[in-house]
Amino acid sequence: MTDELAVRVRGLHKRYGDKHAVDGLDLEVARGEIVAVLGPNGAGKTTTVEILEGYRHRDAGEVTVLGQDPQTAGRDWRARIGIVLQSSSDLDEATVTELVHHWATFYPHPRDPEQVIDAVGLREKAKTRAGALSGGQRRRLDVALGIVGNPELLFLDEPTTGFDPEARRAFWELIAGLRDDGTAILLTTHYLDEAEQLADRAVVVSDGRVVATGAPADLGDRNARQAMVRWVEDGEHREIRTDTPTAVIAELAGRFTEIPGLQVLRPTLEDIYLSLVDAKESVR
Amino acid sequence: MTTMRLGWQRTRYEVRSFFRERDAVIFIFAYPVIMLAIFATVFGQGGATVGDDIPFAQYFLPGMIATGILLSSFQSMALDIAAERDRGGLKRLRGTPLPPASYFLGKVGQVLVTSLVQLALLLAVAALLFDVSLPDSPERWFTLAWVFLLGTATGTICGVGFSSLPRSAKSASAVVTPVVLVLQFISGVFFSFFQLPSWMQEAASIFPLKWMAQGMRSVFLPDGAAALEPAGSWELGLVALVLVVWLVIGLVIGVRTFRWQRRGDR
Repeated sequence: MTDELAVRVRGLHKRYGDKHAVDGLDLEVARGEIVAVLGPNGAGKTTTVEILEGYRHRDAGEVTVLGQDPQTAGRDWRARIGIVLQSSSDLDEATVTELVHHWATFYPHPRDPEQVIDAVGLREKAKTRAGALSGGQRRRLDVALGIVGNPELLFLDEPTTGFDPEARRAFWELIAGLRDDGTAILLTTHYLDEAEQLADRAVVVSDGRVVATGAPADLGDRNARQAMVRWVEDGEHREIRTDTPTAVIAELAGRFTEIPGLQVLRPTLEDIYLSLVDAKESVR
Repeated sequence: MTTMRLGWQRTRYEVRSFFRERDAVIFIFAYPVIMLAIFATVFGQGGATVGDDIPFAQYFLPGMIATGILLSSFQSMALDIAAERDRGGLKRLRGTPLPPASYFLGKVGQVLVTSLVQLALLLAVAALLFDVSLPDSPERWFTLAWVFLLGTATGTICGVGFSSLPRSAKSASAVVTPVVLVLQFISGVFFSFFQLPSWMQEAASIFPLKWMAQGMRSVFLPDGAAALEPAGSWELGLVALVLVVWLVIGLVIGVRTFRWQRRGDR
């Protein structure tokens, strides 16, 4: 309980046959922190998360989740975590209300199921069977079942895949609210805007290793974060990568009264992410 | 304590879910009743009897009760759990503090409820529509009770064990249904068991359905009909023994092979 870290992973390895799905991965999640794990398909995100959840066994490395080894942890430990797996198609016959109330009985200190239904925005669908919900509503039901046990640590594996933009926004607010209540959250996602919106820290994984970690705004090295100044001179497009765009513009301003086609571009998280993942690919 | 309380919660949840799945409900409840109606009607034409004086409906009812137990325990468990595994429901439960024992208690509870409903339905149809006389002594009702309970338990446990065999929910019925069908034919559910060739009788003796049917015949047929059995008696001790042996086999296989996740998902 006194452990400051909700998740601590050192040198994690997992092989499937000859393939290294996870190849020396390190990861930490502090209590009350949201960490987003980013990476292309097959980077080892889900394998890593499922090892932390206790579903898969690791080949090597140290893993501590809420002070215990998931491989041997028991019911008491499971009562303290919440898991939202990737898509599922079970539970069709029961209604939202029945499911959330039923799930609450599994846990020693559950949240109020009715409040959970409100929090995930399923009040109007409370009497609807799971099988009749839309994809986005189903996902919110998954989250409701993941949080009704009042977990200290919540795993979210690609929670908003298939959401429309509005539903995604509502979902982000819900997750941010959970963090404010002190829940640590480990999130895997394909969506960089999701990581940017939600995560205190992002971890970029490629080929089973962490290639970068930091606040989403600070990801990447200095080169990756350089601004790009573009303009048109002598009928040609020119561009300079620089740490000091203001100085470049001041110099240009001396030569032109109005700088033709002036643009100052900051790399988006997506640009940085792609450069990180590509760099890793080219090393291989 | 928690395990029992959650087992009760699971039973309520499972029973409710079961009755909402209309196809399964209709199949499991209607199949033995329809089969009883067809066979009793076809073979019983013109007042034909089995042996000297047993009406066909009376002779078939025990077999239909046994086959009903096989469907609502073995077949329903094997299919349900294979589907739950394939759809990720088992994996989801594995991630909660729900004790595995409570999950299985819920399954057992559901099977008990559905099997009892089915037994009541069969008895009612047989008595009201086909004039079958129900057991007339406490001893016979007692035999009915223990063969029913032990058969249900064995079927459930074997169904859980069998559920790990199909690779997916889709292939589950292709794997389970032939087993159930063949057992029904060789175990004398649709025919008079004593008319089957002896090699078939011997093959059927390996599996529990033949013994369940035999135990049920001892409940519904006159004492004299025991002479029609291959052994010349009801062999109730052997009925209990074979069912218990299968219970243990199913338990051992179930414990060793049960998976919370899809094949290769680890």
